[in-house]
Amino acid sequence: MTAILQPIGRTFLNGLAAMGRLALFSLLAVRHCVTPPFYPRLILRQMIEIGYYSLPYVGMTAVFTGMVLVLQSYTGFKVGAESAMPTILLISLTRELGPVLGALIVAGRVGASMAAEIGTMRVTEQIDALSTLSTNPYKYLIAPRIWAGITMLPLLVAVADIIGVLGGYFVSVHKLGFNEGNFINNIAQDATFKDIFSGLVKAGVFGFTISLMGCYHGFNSKGGAQGVGKATTNAVATSMILILILDYFLTELFFAR
Amino acid sequence: MSPQPSSDLKIKVRGLKKAFGSNVVLDGVDLDVPRGKSLVVIGGSGTGKSVMIKCILGLMKPDAGSIEIDGEEVVGMSARERERVMRKFGMLFQGAALFDSLPVWENVAFGLISGRGMNRKEAKEIALRKLSAVGLQPEVGELYPAELSGGMQKRVGLARAIAAEPEIIFFDEPTTGLDPIMAQVINELIVTCVDAVGATALSITHDMHSLREIGDSAAMIYQGKIVWAGAAAEVDHSGNPYVEQFVQGKAEGPIRMPVRSF
Repeated sequence: MTAILQPIGRTFLNGLAAMGRLALFSLLAVRHCVTPPFYPRLILRQMIEIGYYSLPYVGMTAVFTGMVLVLQSYTGFKVGAESAMPTILLISLTRELGPVLGALIVAGRVGASMAAEIGTMRVTEQIDALSTLSTNPYKYLIAPRIWAGITMLPLLVAVADIIGVLGGYFVSVHKLGFNEGNFINNIAQDATFKDIFSGLVKAGVFGFTISLMGCYHGFNSKGGAQGVGKATTNAVATSMILILILDYFLTELFFAR
Repeated sequence: MSPQPSSDLKIKVRGLKKAFGSNVVLDGVDLDVPRGKSLVVIGGSGTGKSVMIKCILGLMKPDAGSIEIDGEEVVGMSARERERVMRKFGMLFQGAALFDSLPVWENVAFGLISGRGMNRKEAKEIALRKLSAVGLQPEVGELYPAELSGGMQKRVGLARAIAAEPEIIFFDEPTTGLDPIMAQVINELIVTCVDAVGATALSITHDMHSLREIGDSAAMIYQGKIVWAGAAAEVDHSGNPYVEQFVQGKAEGPIRMPVRSF
């Protein structure tokens, strides 16, 4: 009996310890984000890395998502599709698909890169070197990435929303033959602040999550190349799972009656 | 190790303990580093040398014991206080630990710009002077660490360690992985640079030639304890069985090499 219970107990305790470590890391990271010194050059560099360089990936995802969404919805209900389509497209993209798909793409691209870079710095003692040079690694490495994640994801999602709607418009008007004026009018009438705002808030939270997971797993990696590889995988996997879990709770927060 | 008046000691370590789970790495280390002197700690791989200096630097938290820098207890110090004390230190890491994303001059000037808020132009001038002090031309300053050989990287690491003219410099295996000629160059540079800035030096190594070149005094660590301490010149005839086995590189003797490293 003890032989069965021991590994279960050990796994449970290890899980609790890991959650505790992550909570402590998060608190420290947030504290260092809001206390000086700040590194504006590094924040800008990370904003370019996360925002600018992710734009082609997020843009491509958004445009095809908008196009597929219109096609699928049209095949689903042909009667009344023309009047309902702009609303379906707008709500689906701004509330859900824009932030979630955008975040998943960025998690794969940026989360992995962050974990690999910081993980390599850890195993080659570069993080220790920062400390010996009177530089706090949380402020120098973690805070700029978290600021960049929080600010750039909403911008990326805003662009993704626009591109996605344009993709939907293209298929609606040029492939399915919907009236162009009606489509634009419906979009303009149906766009609500809450739909767009909720999507951007989600994006900010997802951006924080991606940066935090990338930094956490990289910062705590050990054991050379294998450890860095493991940290990278864990950063992407945990980011993606957390994005989907947080998406549910944020949706409930904004829209549950 | 013969006790010295505390005021003469730059670093004083007493009863330092550190374990990882059930594996005891440091088991009550006592160490004195006199002001302005160079102490070399020798010991086999995995005996806790690196853990010891990481505890002194505050990169690891010891389980027990006391570490005094200039008579000031640093164990349990707040992060802000620790940052103040860290300004006294320079460190040459085993693999140089240069920042890949920065050019060489910015690596050398890093502590001045980021740690001390110096403007970049002034810091670059100092960095180029320090590069010159370790025998590197100014044009090397514009290269990236990946473009340098191992020996050049060590020189840059040394320039970075002395850039802020620290009071204490740590050297972690400074000659590991270098050919004998480059190792000798690094040893000579260490002596010259430490003398030039008037620093106290603590080195860890298993290179006996390096010990004789850079050390005023020496100590040997084994199974988490200092088993011998004395003048560097005495290391070849210490009369201590652990030191004799280590110096002569004998397979037989009281030392049993651990399998795991830390």
